[in-house]
Order: sequence, then C-alpha cells, then structure tokens
Amino acid sequence: MANKLIRDMGLPASITAVFTARNITNAKDALSLTEFELMELLGVGLKDVSLAVDHISKMVSPPRQTALSLMQQHIRNERLGGHLPTRLKGLDEALCGGIPFGVLTELVGPAGIGKTQFCFMLSILASLPESFGGLDGQVVYIDLEFKFSSKRLIEIGAKNFPEVFCMKEMAQKMAGRILVFRPQSLSEFTESLQQIKMSLLTRQVKLLIIDSMAALVSGDSEQGNPKQNSLGWHISFLKSIAEFSRVPIVVTNQVRSHNSDQTSLYSFQGGKGKDMEDDSRYDSHLVAALGINWAHSVTVRLILDSKSGQKFIKVAKSPMSPPLGFPFHVTSSGISLLDENGVELMGPEISRIHNQGHRIFSNLVDESML
Amino acid sequence: MEVGRLPISAAQKGKLISAGYTTLSSISSLSPTLLSRDLNISETDALEIIKHASLGGTMDDCSSSGAIIGAQTAWDVLHEEESATRITTSSVDLDHILGGGISCCEVTEIGGVPGIGKTQIGIQLAVNVQIPVHCGGLGGKAIYIDTEGSFMVERVLQIAQACAVEMSTSYASSHNSLPPSHILMQPEDILENIIYFRVCSYTEQIALVNYLDKFISEHREVKLVIIDSITFHFRQDFDDLALRTRLLGGMALKLMKLAKKFVLAVVLLNQVTTKYTEGSFQLSLALGDSWSHACTNRIILYWNCDERYAYIDKSPSLRSTSAPYAVTSSGIRNSVSKCQQILRTQAT
Repeated sequence: MANKLIRDMGLPASITAVFTARNITNAKDALSLTEFELMELLGVGLKDVSLAVDHISKMVSPPRQTALSLMQQHIRNERLGGHLPTRLKGLDEALCGGIPFGVLTELVGPAGIGKTQFCFMLSILASLPESFGGLDGQVVYIDLEFKFSSKRLIEIGAKNFPEVFCMKEMAQKMAGRILVFRPQSLSEFTESLQQIKMSLLTRQVKLLIIDSMAALVSGDSEQGNPKQNSLGWHISFLKSIAEFSRVPIVVTNQVRSHNSDQTSLYSFQGGKGKDMEDDSRYDSHLVAALGINWAHSVTVRLILDSKSGQKFIKVAKSPMSPPLGFPFHVTSSGISLLDENGVELMGPEISRIHNQGHRIFSNLVDESML
Repeated sequence: MEVGRLPISAAQKGKLISAGYTTLSSISSLSPTLLSRDLNISETDALEIIKHASLGGTMDDCSSSGAIIGAQTAWDVLHEEESATRITTSSVDLDHILGGGISCCEVTEIGGVPGIGKTQIGIQLAVNVQIPVHCGGLGGKAIYIDTEGSFMVERVLQIAQACAVEMSTSYASSHNSLPPSHILMQPEDILENIIYFRVCSYTEQIALVNYLDKFISEHREVKLVIIDSITFHFRQDFDDLALRTRLLGGMALKLMKLAKKFVLAVVLLNQVTTKYTEGSFQLSLALGDSWSHACTNRIILYWNCDERYAYIDKSPSLRSTSAPYAVTSSGIRNSVSKCQQILRTQAT
C-alpha cells in the first residue's frame, strides 16, 4: 500500500492539488518527509499538514486483525493445519506438523550432507495426491547449483510410494508437477521470482524450493560484487510472497569456515569468552554462508551436520519447537531418522555446524548422544 | 526573526515579513481584520496567525517568571515513576533485574541473535499484559505489529493456554477453591485481545505508528505495543542512510509520546549485526549508533555457556546486570541450571 496515490485518498481537493503540484504523488513520498519539511515544501500551515499526514497514515495502515481471527483463518483455509509433513515422525512432531506454510524454512549444512535429498523428498510430498497425504499441487524448484536429478527424485518416490510411482502415467504426472528453473545469475533469478509470484498467487503451486541461496552470492562476488546486502530485496520479496500465497518456502544455505568465535560476543561480554572458548578458538569451525542479516529473516532453520561420523538434523531456530537434534542417515529411499525422539541440545550447541573431523568428543553433549 | 518560528506556512510567513511584521508582539496586538487586509489573506487565516503569535508570546513571558507550562518537578516525576505499572516477563529472575517487569510509559528495546527468543518474549508479553487486575496484572490488550512475518499463532495459543492454566491454579491455591468461570481467562479470549497488524514496507510502518495515536485513543484498554522487529524493513533496500536515521528518529519520538500519553509499554525488537571495533568483529544491535539513543531501555539477549541470558545494556534507572532465562514449551520461564551461580559472580 506504500505506493497508493495521494489523489485517491479522499483528501480535500485543495490539499491534493498542493501535493500533486510539488510532485508528491504517493504515500511513500509523503511519509518519507517530516511534517516540517512538508510545510516548507508545500507552503501550507501546520494544521493542514498534520491533518493530511494523519489521513494518509490512516489510509496506508494495514488492516487490523486479532490473533484469534488469524488462527480461525488458518484452520478454515488450510489442510493439514498449515504444515507440510516431512514424513520424519520426530521432526514433524517437533515442528507441530511439518514445514510451516507462509514462512521461510532454511536448511543449512556442509556439502554432501543431504540437503538436496531433503528437498527432493519435500518436492515429492507436495506433489502427491491428497489421498496419499500430499498437497496435490505443483512444486517450483529453483536449482542454482545445477544439482537437480530427476532420476534420483523418481527413485526416492518409487521407494517411498511404490503404489503411486509404479504406475507409469502416475510417475509421469508426479514428475510433471515439479517445475525446475535454472537461473544463471542474480538478475535472472530476480526475473524468475517475479514470474513465480504470479503462479503462486493463482494457488497452483504448493511449494517453492531454492537450492541454494548462497550459490547466488558466492557466484556473484567473484565478479566483483562482494556486497552481502545484494540479497536484501530478495529476502523481503520471498517473505512477502510466502505470506500472501501461504506456501511453504524451503531454502538451502551452504557453509563456510570461520576461524574465531569472536563475532559471537557482544562488547560487554569482554574477555570472558576467551577462557571459555579455550581449544575451539584455534580450531576453525563452520558457519552458515549467508550472514546474520539473512539468519534473522528465516523463521525456521534446520541444520544438517555430522559429528563423529553420525549425521544429525537439528531444529536450530523455530518459534514453536524446543532445540532438538535427530540422528539420520541417507539411503536410497531418501532421508530417514534413526531415533524418533531426538536429543534435546543445550545452549548454542544447537546452532553449531560440525563436519566430521571437527570437535570430535570435545563436548559432553556428544557422549550423551552416542 | 521571531516570525520564522511560527508554525504557519512559508507563504504566509513571507507575506508577514514583506508587510513588515517581524516580531510576535507586533502581531499579537493586532485585530484579525486589520491583519487580513494587510496581508491580503482571509480573516480566519489571520486569526490563526494571531493565535499562534500570542501563544508564542505568553510562552516567552512565562519562562522569565519561572513557572513553565508543561513542566513537572522531579518530585512529581518520582510519584509518576513509582505508580507506573509493569508487565511481568514470567521469569522471576528477568523481572528482578528489570525492577518488576517491562515498564509502562517507557520504550524498551530488546535485541539478540537469531533464535535467541526475541519473538518468544514478544508473544509472552502480549499474553501477560492481559493478566487480570485481581491476579496482579494489567488486564489490558496488546497490539502486535509484525514486520517480519514471524508471528506464529500456534505458538501464541500454546503460551496462552499455559498462562490460563497457571492463573487458575494460582487462584485455586490462594482462595482454596476453583475460580468461578466468569473470571477465568480462556485461551480464545487471550487471542482475541491481541490486535495484530502485518506491515509490509517501511512506509506502512511509519503510517501505522502515526495512526496508532488515533487508534489507541479509541481503544484505551491497549497497554502494550510490540513491534517485531523495528529493523527489518529499514535494513533492506535503504541506500540513503541519512533518510533512514531521520525516519527512525521520528518514529522513536512518536512511540515515546504514545508511551507517555496513554501510559503503555512500547517494546521494540531489534536484530543484531557485526561491527568492527578495536581490531575485532563484535556483535551489536542493528540500526547504528544514533538509533541506540532512541530507546529508554535496551536489553540484549545472548548465549552464555549453554544458557540464554538477558543483559541490561542501557537504562536510566536500572543497574547493568544480567540474568538467565529459559524458553520452554509454555513460554518464557526461569532458568534452572547449575552454572548459574558461577556466572552471576562473573557478571557482577
């Protein structure tokens, strides 16, 4: 509503004329100025300016809802309580039913851990007919790392849902519902997002996957554009389309190594961190490739990592679940959990990303897991 | 030039000056008819100018005599501060360092790394503000302004249910009987009393803050305004940083006015960013140094040895200390841990 035109707001004609004459045409222009700046610019008294600003503000303000009406809306409009089940029982329980609709869910982990496998699994689940517990819709798969493999996708499908995928035409139909985009650059990606917006709003598409978001930035920085904030627009755009179309969006993120824990401290914590970090300070560890600004934007973050040869999937950030970690392995049928109950992880351990060699047996938490 | 200070349009100011009126006293003694003829404006406009001029005049006179209109003595302020009610966070330790909870009449900023529990605290406060007066609460409503889309109704329901259960058990233990159904809060009522606005751009955010004044004057029972988060739209797509600072400053001022005028608590959630100081990168709250002046209280949430801690970074009345808290399935609660004692001594 920020671009709503001032002349359509029902202000008195004289005031509207003054705004138009000074080339302030929409709400964004008007509200980016203070009342005194407006007085100077428009040559109108304080009273008129405040009345106009109040009126514009009222017109532009979003509609009011209550938490109750939101909940009733969700219950009314959505199957499965607004979640896409992952079919990993423990994880689904932790996430109140699965990948939530309308928000961004992120998968972070080192290369080869199974992020893409997880995405394949989700694509199949979303495209399955309702009778099999799916969402019966299309899936948009934005493949930025060129890793999409239809063969693997159908293999996972056939192992898990033989009754669907063994019928020739059904397999074709299921695979036909998954649309793969392969944008080559940030600008192409931006363009395809705009197109996808339209199809999302027509309610055909039930899941959007971006594998991976970090590929965009790392690819671009080689061409001399190191600015992390180049994703700023995409973050807001993705969040808003997720919300308006009520579609789950799953994004994967890579990791990079990082050799000091310093950035996880505030200035007031001072040197306290030094003695606590002891050995790990010299040990390089992994962090998510996209920085803290991105991390703030995702609503659910799942970390896939491996420690002492065992792979874990961890609910690192979620507004509704406790910090749980689940051991898993990747088989020909996709991802499966070894333990449905999960292990409750204490403190920042939940958001650390390990990769095989690192930190073996360095933590008490390890022992309780083994 | 005194006339320059009048809150009137530039065109009228120009007319005044060209007609030779430069001091306020020269205008305030005039009749509207005379002024309107001199300046060639309508009589109502002239009356308006004279009103402003005489108002400005009296202000100047008073300041010389000592009693300034609109000022309070420190003694009065003390009374006001003492009577200010507070919203509990549901964690005793946290309430303790906050002097009883989040203070009404003030703007409090809460920041921390992703996943530390900012939204959780926001939701918990939105529920707690509704605890009825007979249970020691405020019995108010909450406005939740969501800029990020991280508001999860399922989670609000969980926290509301836990809160309702706790209230009825505490009633039962103090009155030795089950609470009568009419004073019992149902989770649905709690959800009904959280007014939710979803803001999708910074323009909408500014507009909504402007509009809140009118909205709250029609809904006086609102006792808490939460913005989750203040940062999001101002962090994306902003090239003109001077404009950003100006807009944020204006918004902070309006929120402070709201807090005072309607005796309500304003809680702003903020994100963190990395900042390069003294040769190393450190975490600090987003939006920069000029923003850090905007809020009355600032609380930083951080990880400390497997526990979540809240630290009072800035407050005019509270000591800079930290306290642990935990996020459980029923909401924000006290932390139960062994290393608490050791860290307490470290923190002080």
